[in-house]
Amino acid sequence: MNQHLPALLLALPIGGAFLAPLACSLGKKLRNIFYLTVSLLTLICAVMIFLETSAGKILVYVMGAENFALTLPSGMAFPVRIILEMDAFSGLMVLCVAIASFAGALFSVNYMDKFSGLKRFISLYFLLVLGALGMCATGDLFNFFVFVEISSIASYGLAAFWRDKPESIEASFKYMMLSQVGALLLLVAVGTLYGKYNAINIGALASMLQTGVLEKIVLAMFIAILAFKCGAFPMHAWLPDVYSEAPSGVTCLLVSVSQASFYGLMRICFTLYGTNPANVTAAWILITLGCASMFFGVMMAVIQHDVKRLMGYHSISQVGYMLLAMGVGLYTLSDAVLLAEYGFTAMKGGIFHLFNYSMFKGLLFLTAGALYYATGTRDLDKMGGLARSMPWTTVMFMIGAAAISGLPPFSGFASKWLIYESSFAIHPILPVVALLTSILTLASFVKVFQTAFLGASKISLAPVREVPVGMLCGMGLLSILILFVSFFPNIFVSGVADPSASGLIDQAGYINAVLGGVK
Amino acid sequence: MRPMSLIVVTLNKVFAWFMILFGSLVIMNGHNTPGGGFQGGAVVATFVCFMLVAYGGKKFFTWVHTPIYSGLETFGLLAFFVFACLGFPNSFTYNFLAVPAITSTGGLIMGEVWGGWLPSCGTISLMNIAVGFEVVGALSLAVIEMYEGTHIDDAHFGGECGHDR
Repeated sequence: MNQHLPALLLALPIGGAFLAPLACSLGKKLRNIFYLTVSLLTLICAVMIFLETSAGKILVYVMGAENFALTLPSGMAFPVRIILEMDAFSGLMVLCVAIASFAGALFSVNYMDKFSGLKRFISLYFLLVLGALGMCATGDLFNFFVFVEISSIASYGLAAFWRDKPESIEASFKYMMLSQVGALLLLVAVGTLYGKYNAINIGALASMLQTGVLEKIVLAMFIAILAFKCGAFPMHAWLPDVYSEAPSGVTCLLVSVSQASFYGLMRICFTLYGTNPANVTAAWILITLGCASMFFGVMMAVIQHDVKRLMGYHSISQVGYMLLAMGVGLYTLSDAVLLAEYGFTAMKGGIFHLFNYSMFKGLLFLTAGALYYATGTRDLDKMGGLARSMPWTTVMFMIGAAAISGLPPFSGFASKWLIYESSFAIHPILPVVALLTSILTLASFVKVFQTAFLGASKISLAPVREVPVGMLCGMGLLSILILFVSFFPNIFVSGVADPSASGLIDQAGYINAVLGGVK
Repeated sequence: MRPMSLIVVTLNKVFAWFMILFGSLVIMNGHNTPGGGFQGGAVVATFVCFMLVAYGGKKFFTWVHTPIYSGLETFGLLAFFVFACLGFPNSFTYNFLAVPAITSTGGLIMGEVWGGWLPSCGTISLMNIAVGFEVVGALSLAVIEMYEGTHIDDAHFGGECGHDR
């Protein structure tokens, strides 16, 4: 059964989405059991894939073939079928998405309990999971586009779930408009490569890619659309709206979904373009986007009064760290000495931060959801003294806030440290921007902690109690993972970030897994 | 929306049903002619539009039962998923029913034309029919929901209904 893991990983959420209407008609209890079971099975599947890929194995799965490993049927030189291909980086991404989806499901069981329309909610939730997992698992560009669309369409629906709120409709509509333009651009980019090379498989394309103007234009399109999807600075307009209006369990998952776009960007820059000269410019674009996102994201976050919106702006600034780190890695990709000197460290830092970010940002959005559930408001000015009535939420918020601000010994510190020390080699201004961002992040989370949890209790919040157990479990799962990574960062860096970064720079290995040595 | 004239209603009696027949034909032959589950399903779903335009909203909603369309949609999706899963010993979505038109020795099967028959297309035609059911249900529901969303027939317009009641 192990060989079928990549297909099972996608089949489980598809089955979950299609069966949800039936399961929801069986009553509340069975619905919740179904929702959690499918999420848990997906998580187990993702963990198994992660264990296999982090040992250095590249999983290849051919959909619809007589044999799942038959990448080149009937003596063909290039793959024609839908191929799933997963290396260590894909395995890590799949794990991030699956953990976030399980935590979000645990949280949503209680959080969404009082609302109607859960039939559609659960279907869309699993479709969103499917889209994100598919983006990380697929080995060809057209299917990447299809999975991007699946996840986008599911997120339009989920962002507008509270459709009696005009803000939700606005957020969803804004995202839909921007995202559709982006999707067209992505399709044009994939189509251009297909028109020139007659292939859409990433491995096959990487083996043939030339150094022309057309390739540069296509790379620019990919960077524009995927940086938009992961919320980099000038294209971030949709992100705070969608993150703050979607139900919190979904926002926790959306964080990982935007990371799947980031994964796609890295896959295209590192695996598809590799040492292509176009990548030198691309590296500087990523570094610039990263610095701008970090700084402007956090500047906009500091002034917010809406707790989820504030966290939404922080997402922009955290994505900046990863773009900076991976930009530094990409810059050194064609020079083995520089790569060994600092480029590889930067990539490890970026990948480590990516995992940390998915965990602590998911946790912070869940705590924001818990605050909204308990108090009925997201406005920080109307909260106060909640630490007395919500002790567990307070502790978990502190863990998440310490991790995102990079306070030692929490996980954010280790990953940010790797980014500071490696980006310094390119230009000293880069770590300065990153450090400044980190300080401002701490400042804004101190503000949230002080206004929401400390201070005098407000009379209007007297009846507030701790949130139900299911929601605490969702937050607890992420908190435990953050604490584990915080106390054993060396295990994570050597066991997870290192193989992921090696997988990303091993272009030949990725190509050979599909073409089987044919070049 | 008010009902339309006698001419439209009479023509509708012919063409609305014809669209179901034509759409079904497109779905059934989807595996070897242009079209398929989605295109045929979209043609069948125009039945709802015909009825709505010809008879008007009030009369139309006395006939419509949305759970039927939801049921069609769920049935189609699940059938598709089951056919995809049945390929599993080989691979997900493997066409396990197909009989190749070319024998193992490389020659065509003599005396019989296999191309285009069900054994050669295997699950493709069955999955097409499943997609057809799904699209009929989903597009009909989309038309109905969008019509309801316009509130043309509502005397008391306003008050969007959210999920929390």
